[in-house]
Amino acid sequence: MRTRLRMWTLLAGATVVLALPMPAWAQLTQHDLASRLGMESHVGHLTGHAKDAKADYRRYCVGCHGELGDGNGENFPWVDPKPRDFQLGVFKCRSTPTGTLPTDEDLFDTLARGLDRSNMPQWSTFTKQQRADLVAWVKHYSPRWANEKPGTPIQIPAEPEVTADRIKAGRDVFARVQCWKCHGVLGQANGPSAATLTDDLGRPIAAFNFTEGARPKCGDTDRDIYRIFMTGLDGTPMPSYADNIKPDEAWDLVFYLRTLMSQPSKEKEMAKKLDLKPVDPNAPAGQQ
Amino acid sequence: MKKPDLVLVLSMLVVVGCGALFFGRRVSAAGDGKISGTVKLDGTAPHMKGIDMSKDPYCVKANSGSPAHLQIYEVGQNGGLENVVLYISEGWTGSASTSTEVPVFDQKNCMYSPHVLALDAGQTFKVTSSDQTTHNIHPLPNPMTGNIPWNQSQPPGAAPIEKSWKNPEVIPVQCNIHPWMHGWHVVVKGPYATTDASGNYTINNVPPGNYTVTAWHEPDQTQTQKVTVAAGKPGTADFTFKAK
Repeated sequence: MRTRLRMWTLLAGATVVLALPMPAWAQLTQHDLASRLGMESHVGHLTGHAKDAKADYRRYCVGCHGELGDGNGENFPWVDPKPRDFQLGVFKCRSTPTGTLPTDEDLFDTLARGLDRSNMPQWSTFTKQQRADLVAWVKHYSPRWANEKPGTPIQIPAEPEVTADRIKAGRDVFARVQCWKCHGVLGQANGPSAATLTDDLGRPIAAFNFTEGARPKCGDTDRDIYRIFMTGLDGTPMPSYADNIKPDEAWDLVFYLRTLMSQPSKEKEMAKKLDLKPVDPNAPAGQQ
Repeated sequence: MKKPDLVLVLSMLVVVGCGALFFGRRVSAAGDGKISGTVKLDGTAPHMKGIDMSKDPYCVKANSGSPAHLQIYEVGQNGGLENVVLYISEGWTGSASTSTEVPVFDQKNCMYSPHVLALDAGQTFKVTSSDQTTHNIHPLPNPMTGNIPWNQSQPPGAAPIEKSWKNPEVIPVQCNIHPWMHGWHVVVKGPYATTDASGNYTINNVPPGNYTVTAWHEPDQTQTQKVTVAAGKPGTADFTFKAK
C-alpha cells in the first residue's frame, strides 16, 4: 500500500517537473515588458512574483520611478537625488563587484533601508512578501536580467577586534588610496575634487560627508561600510577599491572611517587617546 | 645560337611574371589587403584651451615642461588630424575579433594616453597608471547597448585592469577625481585604424571586397566613403573634417 502511494507521488512529481520548464523558456526569449511579468525574485525562502507587485508599484512607487520604470515619474522635476532609472539596471547598493547586477537580496535590503538624504523612504512597512514581489517588479524593467546573472557577492571576512594599530593602519590606507581627494582629510566632503563630481548622467553629486551624523546610503553597519568601498557605488563617482585594498586592510579602513564620523564610537575614543592627526594631502605618495 | 636564347629568356620571363602575379593574388586573398589614406582638418585648427590642474599638485608638476591642453583637435603637418578612428561600417563579413594584440590605455601625467583608443568588440585591453596619484577609471557606456558601466580605482602602483567591451559603441571615459580627464573607447566590429600625428592611417587585414569606411572624430562627427579593395590593390580613402 505504502509503496504504491510512493510510486504515484513520484509519477505525479515527474509530470509536474517535465511540464513546468516549457512556458519559462518561452518567456526568456521575449524582451518587452509584458512578457517579462513572469520575473521572479528569490530572497531566503521567499519567492517574489513581479505580477503580484503591480498594485503596490502603482500606488507607492510610480510617482517617482514612473510607469516605465525609467525614473521619469511626475515627481521627477522636484526630487534630488533623481529617482533611479530601473531600465538601465545600474544600482548603487550592491554586494557584487562593480559592473555587475546586484543580488535579489541587495535590492530587498535597499527597499527596507531606504536611501538616506533622498526621497526614497524606508519601506519597512511592507511585508517581506510584498518587498520580494517589488524586487521582481524592479527587475522586470531591465533587459539585463534576461541576459546576465547577478555578480558573485564579495567575501567579507569576520570583523576583527579594533586596536590602536588597526586604526593607525586604516589611516595609512585612507592616505594611500587617497579617499581624501573627494571626502576631504577630515571626511567633510571638501576634498580638492569634491566640487566637480557628477553622476553617470552628468548631474552634480556630493561626496559623503562623514561628519554630519548622516547614514551612508547603502547602510551604516561596519559590514555595510566595508562593502561600500570594496564594490563601489555604480552610477556615481565612487569607484571600487577591491583590487587595491586587501580584506584585512579594508577592516582597518572601516575602523579609521568610524573615527571621522560624528556618531560616538569605540574607534573615535581610541583615536582621541592616540591624538591621531588627519592625513597630509601634500605628502608624497607612500610617505605619511 | 642567338635565337633560341632569346626564346628561352622570354619564356622564362613569362613564367616568372605569371608566378609573381599568382603569388601576389594568393597573399592578398590571405588577408594582406589594406585601406589607407589621410584625414585632414579644413581650415585653421580651433585654439585648444590649456587645462587647469591646480586641484592636484602632482598633475601640475607632471606637466610643468609642456602644459597640458584639450586634445579635441590635434592637427599636425599639412592639416593632418590625429585621433580619428577609421573602421569598416558596411561590407565586413569577417568573424569576431581574432586580434591577439592587447592595446593599453594609460593614465599618464593626469591625461589619457592614447586620448582615443579604438577596439574591436570583444578585444581585451589593459588600463594602466603611470602616475603617482590616485585615478578612478570610469567608462560610461549606455547599459542598454549591452556594454555595462564600471568604476575602479587605481592608486599609485596599482596593477593593470584587463577588460573588454561586448558591443560596438563610442564610450566616453572619465576620471571623477581629475574632471579634466576625458578619453574615448571607440568599439567597432572588425579591423580598424587610428590616425597618427600627421593624419595618416592604414587598416590592415582587409580581404578584397567592396566596403564602406567610416571616419569618426570626437565627439560625434562621422563621414563615410565607399572603398574597393582588389587583389593586390589596396583601397584608399581620404577624409576632410570641418572644425566644429
